[in-house]
Amino acid sequence: MKILVCVKRVPAPGSKINVTPDGRGVDAANLGYTMSPHEECAVEAAAQLIEQHGGEATVLTLGAPEAVEQVRYGVSVGAQRAVLLATTDDDWDPQRTAQAIASAIDELESVDGTFDLILFGNESADSGGFQVGIRVAHALGRPMVNGAKGLSLGDRFANVEREADAGRETYSLPLPAVVGIKEGINLPRYPTMKGRLASKKVEISTMQASGEIGGLAKITLRQPPERKSETIVLGNGPEAASAVVDILEELGVL
Amino acid sequence: MPAVTLVIIEHDRGAISPATFEALTAARSLGADIQALTIGAAADRLAAELAPYGVNIVHQVHDDVLSDYGPEAWGEVVAQAVRALSPTFVLAAGTDRGNEVMAQAAARLDLPFSANCIEFRDGDKFEMTRIRWGGSLLEDASLTADIKLVTVAHHAVEAAFADAHGPADAIELKVSLDASLGRSIVKGRVEREAGVTLSTSPIVVGGGRGVGSADGFASLEALANELGGVVGCSRAVTNNGWRSHTAQVGQTGTRIAPDVYFACGISGAIQHWVGAMASKNIIAINTDKDANMVTKAGYAVIGDLHQVVPAITEEIRRRRS
Ligand SMILES: Cc1cc2nc3c(=O)[nH]c(=O)nc-3n(C[C@H](O)[C@H](O)[C@H](O)COP(=O)(O)OP(=O)(O)OC[C@H]3O[C@@H](n4cnc5c(N)ncnc54)[C@H](O)[C@@H]3O)c2cc1C
Ligand SMILES: Nc1ncnc2c1ncn2[C@@H]1O[C@H](COP(=O)(O)O)[C@@H](O)[C@H]1O
Repeated sequence: MKILVCVKRVPAPGSKINVTPDGRGVDAANLGYTMSPHEECAVEAAAQLIEQHGGEATVLTLGAPEAVEQVRYGVSVGAQRAVLLATTDDDWDPQRTAQAIASAIDELESVDGTFDLILFGNESADSGGFQVGIRVAHALGRPMVNGAKGLSLGDRFANVEREADAGRETYSLPLPAVVGIKEGINLPRYPTMKGRLASKKVEISTMQASGEIGGLAKITLRQPPERKSETIVLGNGPEAASAVVDILEELGVL
Repeated sequence: MPAVTLVIIEHDRGAISPATFEALTAARSLGADIQALTIGAAADRLAAELAPYGVNIVHQVHDDVLSDYGPEAWGEVVAQAVRALSPTFVLAAGTDRGNEVMAQAAARLDLPFSANCIEFRDGDKFEMTRIRWGGSLLEDASLTADIKLVTVAHHAVEAAFADAHGPADAIELKVSLDASLGRSIVKGRVEREAGVTLSTSPIVVGGGRGVGSADGFASLEALANELGGVVGCSRAVTNNGWRSHTAQVGQTGTRIAPDVYFACGISGAIQHWVGAMASKNIIAINTDKDANMVTKAGYAVIGDLHQVVPAITEEIRRRRS
């Protein structure tokens, strides 16, 4: 079993997402970086499948050289190999990103064989384009279902479950297949000592990312209008309970 | 020929998704002739429901492969419809399915696609505002293509009928689908049990890291039970394994919109806030008077939730007896 997981490096903001003065990016000074929660779950799903079925999981990211931190993290929580598609500029729209990832996959597969399963996040945390994985799947001619809340392997099939308005749907995709993972499918593990060591030692396969600029272009980022509210402090400690219940009565919810 | 806006009608076995009516409403802001695309025979009877939104023509597609939803089959249908009808704009709802189908179509047509837009500006360039970070940040962007593929973010527009409208004429649109597209069609489904869910509950009692443990949620459950509400939580809680992800509120969890949200021991990180901000009233309970959740909430109690929450439940019981 060979599995590839594509993850994106994104800032991890706290109470507010600050925009840089030129409006082009998120001001990440003093912020840590992470991969999107959906992608963390995709890495966990890959690690579990490798534990059950044997084989090897590779984590791939397209981004600045610092993004190597995210693929190393992937190795620390269960992947065996790491690939960096290094970029030298910031204009990575969804079409260009997908094209670069698809051609990198072609290259990796021509050397080592087909990935039975390629996993993505349902959407990236920062840009939320909802498309890179689907475009890659189409370029490779493979079946793709997004939003997976369940994933298991049958004989030559990937069984996918996902939530819909009416209930839980199941899909059965012939391998090789592509699946977009949603948070909640599993509980990602924390890095172990052994994992951390492996992540330090792993050799990072680095390739230059290349793709043509697509038609969706960012102009500026900005804050949504803020909902201003004066907070009414109802009191301190349990003595405030009576004031809280007064409010509930006022709001008509009792 | 006037410009055409083609709206993809998302439906589940003939039931239209509510977000689609929002997309139909947003479509009118583009000023083009509004036409709709319905996929599968189960949707044939929907024309009458679409007419009040200003839809003039409904293109109906039938094929054996379209017995149920499938992202590749639906995406291929949209791609073929776009080739046949040459619309200027193609809209769908910014839902799981809407975004997925549009991305499939975009890939097949080799066109750009902009997901979850809240506003459009059609001038020299076609520009739009779209949501990022689940709504914590907005992006003004441009789309350069002869055919513009976009989805409309759920809840960005309120669905409304057109001021005046005629009937919607149904026309069959021929497509040619390869049987192999059946590989990603829904294979089975388990219907959800009816009942209050996190996204629809009028009362949500949410707990964060401040709750301290899985057992700590007992007092939150008691309050929720007393008020006929449900328990929610932050990602810190799900990551600790204290509650299942189905209870998580936020960017990668559920969007809630209750009458009252009790946010207990939750700091109010932006990714949590975007899931909670549609609440009509928020009561924050936190030891830290400067916590983001406290400063953003309408009401707050400063104190230990382990004392405050049981006291509220007790006070409700006392007044009821
Ligand atoms: C891409 C991305 C997506 C994310 N999506 C989500 C999401 O969907 N939902 C989500 O919730 N988070 C999400 N997060 C995580 C988010 O950034 C925060 O880490 C998380 O919301 C913090 O949870 P918390 O408020 O419970 O914990 P903390 O931030 O640790 O806050 C705990 C609070 O409890 C208070 N407290 C402590 N003890 C008590 C006590 N005894 N009584 C009362 N108050 C007490 C403290 O003062 C503090 O305010 C996401 C993060 C990223 C990067
Ligand atoms: N720069 C990137 N490097 C690796 N994977 C990416 C990158 N951008 C997007 N992806 C993957 O594609 C998914 C969908 O991204 P998006 O289309 O931006 O919502 C993400 O969850 C990732 O799995």
